[in-house]
Amino acid sequence: MNAPPSLDAGPPHAATVVSRTQESPSIFTLQLRLDDAAAQAAYRFAPGQFNMLYLYGVGEVPISIMSDPEERDVIGHAIRAQGRVTQGLSRLQPGDKVGIRGPFGRGWPLQEVSGCDVVLVTGGLGCAPVVSVIHYVLRRRERFGKLVIVQGVKHAEDLIWREQYERWAKLPDTQVLVAASEGAAFWPWHVGRVTELFALANYNPECAVAMMCGPEGMMRSAADSLLARGLPESRLYLSMERNMQCAVGRCGHCQVGGAFVCRDGPVFNWGGVKALLAHKGF
Amino acid sequence: MFSRPDHAGFLPLAQLPSLIAELMALGYQCLGPTRENGAIVMRELESPNDLPRGLQAEQAPGRYRLTSDPHKRYFAWANGPQAIKPQTFAPQESLWRVERDAAGHLQFAAVQPAVTRQAIIGVRACDLAALALQDAHFLREGRRDPQYAQRRDQLFLVAVQCAEPAATCFCASTGDGPTPTAGYDLALAELADGFVTVAGSDRGEAVLNGLKLAPATAQQIEAARQQGQAAAAAQTRSLPGRHLRDSLMSRLEHPRWDAVAARCLACGNCTAVCPTCFCHAEADIPALDGGRSEHVRSWDSCFGEAHGHLHGFNVRADIRSRYRQWLTHKLATWHDQFGRSGCVGCGRCIAWCPVGIDLTEEVAVLTEGGQP
Repeated sequence: MNAPPSLDAGPPHAATVVSRTQESPSIFTLQLRLDDAAAQAAYRFAPGQFNMLYLYGVGEVPISIMSDPEERDVIGHAIRAQGRVTQGLSRLQPGDKVGIRGPFGRGWPLQEVSGCDVVLVTGGLGCAPVVSVIHYVLRRRERFGKLVIVQGVKHAEDLIWREQYERWAKLPDTQVLVAASEGAAFWPWHVGRVTELFALANYNPECAVAMMCGPEGMMRSAADSLLARGLPESRLYLSMERNMQCAVGRCGHCQVGGAFVCRDGPVFNWGGVKALLAHKGF
Repeated sequence: MFSRPDHAGFLPLAQLPSLIAELMALGYQCLGPTRENGAIVMRELESPNDLPRGLQAEQAPGRYRLTSDPHKRYFAWANGPQAIKPQTFAPQESLWRVERDAAGHLQFAAVQPAVTRQAIIGVRACDLAALALQDAHFLREGRRDPQYAQRRDQLFLVAVQCAEPAATCFCASTGDGPTPTAGYDLALAELADGFVTVAGSDRGEAVLNGLKLAPATAQQIEAARQQGQAAAAAQTRSLPGRHLRDSLMSRLEHPRWDAVAARCLACGNCTAVCPTCFCHAEADIPALDGGRSEHVRSWDSCFGEAHGHLHGFNVRADIRSRYRQWLTHKLATWHDQFGRSGCVGCGRCIAWCPVGIDLTEEVAVLTEGGQP
């Protein structure tokens, strides 16, 4: 039997929309399946990696993979309808065709953190790269210590997967801390800045790893709080976003310092990128 | 080019066309310097006798004017607006195409570039240094760019020593010129009555042997060596010889970035003429009947507004951050990615900048006071 095709070089591979779920007014989830059954069966990725999704005649867009790496049947993507490609993708229905290249980049260091507490910090409109880690940890609960989920949103209505947060909060050894800068009626969580929640977070800084995703200003403040509370820099990670067009470190758009985010990231250790994150415009 | 002086031949002036004829006979499309729109550009030579003589280019910040060389030399011009980048990294090309049938099924296929065997006559030492950097980027181990690789493989490079650097040249300070030292198939040094000629590859050696040249004399080799030294000494601009990464990266909030941003038009000319810039944009061009779409890449510039675009905001919204991105990548973080600076001292960004921004001057001000 021939080896399955490599999906991260050359043109995209045809895939079919298996299902589509509207998660919030602007966020939807597409479950995709590669049309080549052998390629689908052989497809492997690590949480934190991304695919380039191609919409026919419009173009490609980098989208984080949010399904579980052991799910062999479909590849899941949560997408915010924001630009030309993602607005087009939002109109797709089951049975429609797209293209996939991937997976690309380096994911979260999940193998290295076995046995430790996991602190996940996200901001903005729900953060798919980190949600994939939540699912990953919950399905392998025995491998990890406490799970602390810290999520900040601007407005209470921006929180997607709200029922999931409420469900996660009830799980043993799992702490959910949510803050909205602006609250709303029946908002059960904190009103204020997400960094105000770190005082409440219950984890052991001696054996914890933190993973952040969201606006860079939020991540800078969160990093300050976490480091001030004793987390070593070597166990603080973040996922970065930049314009990406080739996904293989060639087109130059995602260059930050000595790195191409698509190839050397999107997940970085804090120490490697903190110096440039301190300056606007890189 | 003088590392093997015992292998140097001497090509008399009148026999230069026979070298081109030999390359044409081997099936190469020969590109050479041609006068076009007031500048020297590399174009196909129709016949071996087409190479122009006596062209020279006067260059200064924001200025490029063709002049005449009183000695009627073939290669008295320092450089034109483009190095050999367009021959390997195409300004625009299709990477793949997709066809959609009536049922909506998609069929993707890579596009194979149409590749011609090309020989380029008149490649400069800075161009070769830049090509080596483009090779490092596009032919990276495990991630070779197939389009670039196919064109690169068929290039035959006839390099020429620079005897008349422009006022914008500073390759001596970057260590990349003015005499070619590696990366060519053949290298020439133009003297009054002919060319000291050496081969730098097996196929160059084969062409050289076919020309049945007399060996270059010790005097001719010495004259060429001195000519290179004089050309280096004649350069009036320079970059500091030291590694600039720490120096520039510790001055990211220097007021000079604001001053240069006030002059910079963000037109992207510097990146278009830079022989090492590799940024490219990818876009889809669907056919009008809806049945096909081409995925095309074309040269892009970090000075463009779209370069830093990210869902709803711009990472580099102002010109200050774009100029800083370009300069710090080229001269600072390029070291981290490629083990050396991304500047080969060709000076094109200075000559072709419409407002005459001079990178060597910006660096001198930014790094004033020394390390870090």
